Amino acid sequence: MIRTKGAICAFLTVAFGSTVQAEPVDDTLILNEEVTMVTRTAAPAHLEGVLDEVLSGWHFRGTETRAMQADDFDNPGMIFVEQAEEVWNTADGSAGKSCASCHGDSADMAGVRPVYPKWNEEAGEVRTLEMQINDCRENRMGAEKWKYTGGDMVNMTALIASVSRGMPVNVATDGGAQSTWEAGKDLYYTRTGQLELSCANCHEDNYGNMIRADHLSQGQINGFPVYRLKNTKLNAVHARFKGCVRDTRAETYKPGSPEFVALELYVASRGNGLSVEGPSVRN
Amino acid sequence: MKRLTASVVALVATTTAPIAAEIAPSDVTYVDGAVDVSLTGEPGDPTRGREIVGSKKLGNCVACHEVSDLADVPFHGEIGPMLDGAADRWSEAELRGIVANAKIMFEDSMMPSFYKTEGFIRPGNAYTGEAADDTFGPLLSAQQIEDVVAYLSTLKE
Ligand code: HEC
Ligand code: HEC
Repeated sequence: MIRTKGAICAFLTVAFGSTVQAEPVDDTLILNEEVTMVTRTAAPAHLEGVLDEVLSGWHFRGTETRAMQADDFDNPGMIFVEQAEEVWNTADGSAGKSCASCHGDSADMAGVRPVYPKWNEEAGEVRTLEMQINDCRENRMGAEKWKYTGGDMVNMTALIASVSRGMPVNVATDGGAQSTWEAGKDLYYTRTGQLELSCANCHEDNYGNMIRADHLSQGQINGFPVYRLKNTKLNAVHARFKGCVRDTRAETYKPGSPEFVALELYVASRGNGLSVEGPSVRN
Repeated sequence: MKRLTASVVALVATTTAPIAAEIAPSDVTYVDGAVDVSLTGEPGDPTRGREIVGSKKLGNCVACHEVSDLADVPFHGEIGPMLDGAADRWSEAELRGIVANAKIMFEDSMMPSFYKTEGFIRPGNAYTGEAADDTFGPLLSAQQIEDVVAYLSTLKE
């Protein structure tokens, strides 16, 4: 696995991106012994010439971590889904409504997670699931907005993801969303911070390789929110982005910022075709 | 009389020498990616260099490179080439250039530039996620670069 590149070779391969040796675990994720999840599949057309195959972060985690995600009783993230189910059915705000008042059963939200972030014609903007949830809270319930990566919000996104598990991620990158998608793509390839590292340096050129003690994945977001054994809680997409940008010794963008919304749309589109897995389990 | 003159000269030399000799990050001259002269005007210390290469808080070179000599340090990465035998492949001047700013020797390299202070996009204040302030300096000091070069120069097969 270790690449021993001699001096001559180092001179020739000026950009080393072509020598990736991905080493994901060969395994199949079957949820609750029922639903076979798509954790590796042909890359979407827009990644032609960049990646042949897209892989869930699940393939890069250890045996026990992978097993935890396969069974809802073992998945610690499901506790937060249950908490959100209660909130789903509880009225809040001046209109005296709950989420259920408008949307019915939480299970009826199946199919929502796979298409977010999504262009909203009336608002004239690309909306993440978090933005849509806060829009409902403010404008339909007369309730206070939730903090973008706070506990209430991340729990609710876990509930909404959970009812779409097994459905393929399918975000649209054209139409009104296109300019946002392009902006996200620019960010993905921008080398930020004092370490001058882009998302692509780690997750496109080096997935499968170890960076110190970490086994690099493709940095896909089909598994979000993610229950991390490291901090024993659910982690939102933008919180993960922030952590990765911080690790380049950069000034980060803020969760919910236009930059991270654009980046989310672009990263989501790199996983088009992978099953929704949230809440997944990672280390 | 003669003795007195000599010690005055010596005094002047010791007070001005370090300032004159240390080359600032933006003043380093690269020739084909290599840097001929010591950044401090003095040789580095390989023992300190060994620590810098292995330490997460200092160079953290093993995040990306494996080094057999550092087997006592856990978790070596596999992003860059193994550093065993680096001194057989590169001269001291080339090693200095690679450590100070690898992107000159290897265009678009993923390796960070350890002795550079300009040209970053959204530079931060270390790992805080906040913007850089006026304490911003290169990842390694001139002395640390020389120590690392001295250590790499011992890596022969
Ligand atoms: C210096 C290397 C590095 C850079 C640069 C980097 N990441 Fe990461 N990222 C990691 C590591 C290490 C992990 C944890 C292991 C893994 O899942 O790959 C990680 C994990 C992730 C995950 C979680 C994947 C999962 O399945 O749980 C996402 C999403 C992610 N990164 C996105 C990004 C994005 C977007 C960027 C750019 C803004 C980025 N990363 C930049 C190192 C990096
Ligand atoms: C984020 C990854 C990364 C870090 C951190 C890093 N390097 Fe590198 N290094 C590379 C890559 C990649 C190459 C190969 C050159 C290329 O093709 O870009 C390289 C090449 C080298 C080479 C030439 C290797 C050879 O034998 O041909 C030396 C010497 C070297 N690095 C030393 C260091 C030292 C010393 C440090 C720490 C002070 C360090 N590197 C930190 C990624 C890294």
